[in-house]
Amino acid sequence: MEFNSNFILGCSAIGAGLAVIAGIGPGVGQGIAAGHAAAAVGRNPGAKSDITSTMLLGQAVAETTGLYGLLIAIILLFVQPLVK
Amino acid sequence: MGYGTLLSQGADVDFMIHGVFSYQLFGQTLWITTTHVCALIVMLIIIGFCIAANRMLKHATEVPGGFQNVVELLVEKLDGMVSGVMGKQAVRFRNYIGTLFFFIFLSNISGLFGLRPPTADYGVTFALALMTFTLIRFNELKYQKLSGVLKGLCDPWPIWAPINIIGNLAVPISLSLRLFANILSGTAIMALIYTLLGKIALIWPAALHVYFDIFSGAIQTYVFCMLTMTYIADACGDGEP
Repeated sequence: MEFNSNFILGCSAIGAGLAVIAGIGPGVGQGIAAGHAAAAVGRNPGAKSDITSTMLLGQAVAETTGLYGLLIAIILLFVQPLVK
Repeated sequence: MGYGTLLSQGADVDFMIHGVFSYQLFGQTLWITTTHVCALIVMLIIIGFCIAANRMLKHATEVPGGFQNVVELLVEKLDGMVSGVMGKQAVRFRNYIGTLFFFIFLSNISGLFGLRPPTADYGVTFALALMTFTLIRFNELKYQKLSGVLKGLCDPWPIWAPINIIGNLAVPISLSLRLFANILSGTAIMALIYTLLGKIALIWPAALHVYFDIFSGAIQTYVFCMLTMTYIADACGDGEP
């Protein structure tokens, strides 16, 4: 079956929108990490710099899965592999 | 192409890699792209800084002042960061980590100066991650010997080996994709704001630049160096340097 390229582009845009829903997971994860880091600073204010750097490292690693979704969205929108 | 391609052609959003000029090599057409040019500019800045620092250190004073202060602060902070993670292995790797740190950081913030960040090209970040991967595997082989490497692969049981191999191969991919996607998303969002909002985008995008270029760039530089150090220190185990 033949599809119009505009139809494919529209579907790609919907797909890109769905792909960035992957951002929910890292968002929740980073929030939990930041909350626990805040609790840790409250318990031990002396270790603030260590806690902050550990938190940032963990958050950046947790962010990776969300970035995979973003990459899919960017590829769908700008590289357009489905349009011939 | 259709007229529905607002984002790629219609509105002339400009954050893609462009070719500057092409040349022939062994029958292949190769391109010098904006990434090469921007990476060269970043390298020239670093080299200039290093030459200036070297000149200054030739007649360094006991009580540092001005430029010497800055250089000593940078070196001390980097040394502290590397030896905090790698312990006694730090001596061998602080050159590599320092180079990595300055190159990635200057590349990330080069978006502020109107360049296209070289790290927003997957070729650059994957090359950096491959260097790290080579160092990890080399040091693992050097310190744990072949038997240790094989034992590590068959960690709980030998049947786990394929999963461990995939896990090992995923390291450079996730390392490079993390840096690439972060910087690319910042570049894309800034390009969208400047082209699609046009004349409304005055002054206030500076706040976004602070986040996407400086904050995100610094965090990703730190994370890349930190993960590199952690992986290499893990591969070295507690062997003597």
